[in-house]
Amino acid sequence: MNNLITKDMSEKMSIIVFSGTVDKLYPVGILASGAVAMGMDVDIFITFWGLNAFRKDQVTKNTKISKDFEEMSGAMMQMMQAKNVPSWYDILKRAKEVGNVKIHACSMTMDLMGMTKEHLADVVDDVVGVGSFIDLAKDSKITLFI
Amino acid sequence: MVEVKINRTVDARGSFCPGPLMELIRAVKEAQVGEVIEVLSSDQGSKRDIPLWVSKAGHILLNVNDNGGYTSFIVRKAK
Repeated sequence: MNNLITKDMSEKMSIIVFSGTVDKLYPVGILASGAVAMGMDVDIFITFWGLNAFRKDQVTKNTKISKDFEEMSGAMMQMMQAKNVPSWYDILKRAKEVGNVKIHACSMTMDLMGMTKEHLADVVDDVVGVGSFIDLAKDSKITLFI
Repeated sequence: MVEVKINRTVDARGSFCPGPLMELIRAVKEAQVGEVIEVLSSDQGSKRDIPLWVSKAGHILLNVNDNGGYTSFIVRKAK
């Protein structure tokens, strides 16, 4: 009986997004999509560079990629444009439309950078402290730090 | 194969993983129970991902057809 109850509850994936480069933001959108497709709830905590990438003025125009692969940035962007790959942000928005994806902004980073929720893109659900996020994430089946 | 009436075709060819799966999920969400949706995909991951999702979500995969270069999946919304 207990087992049945557990099975009825949605499983959860939690992602902490620390990075703000496009090559690391893509997996956030794609993995969140895979999780909602498989019926999981997703909680995403955006902090530091990850939070910066969710600024209204950043979501569409950020073209930075990791230092390790910097020289490939132009070629990668061109290839993705040629193949009509949607932006990481559009992929994440679509995942939100399909399933239960909640995006939580780190209050500490917000204070540090002098930001309010108005500075952030609409997909961001709320501003929380790290404690609340850990409380949300503690029962996750999958936890990722990107 | 018995002919089925397809209510809606989603052409997701050219869209990369997980695009075709996500478009199928949206189409199934919008459909009525019993309706049949066809999705066309050129993404290799779809061949495993779409049948897996259909069975997990409790719908019925009526047909999978490899057309060379793309695959068509026919799904009936069961609930």
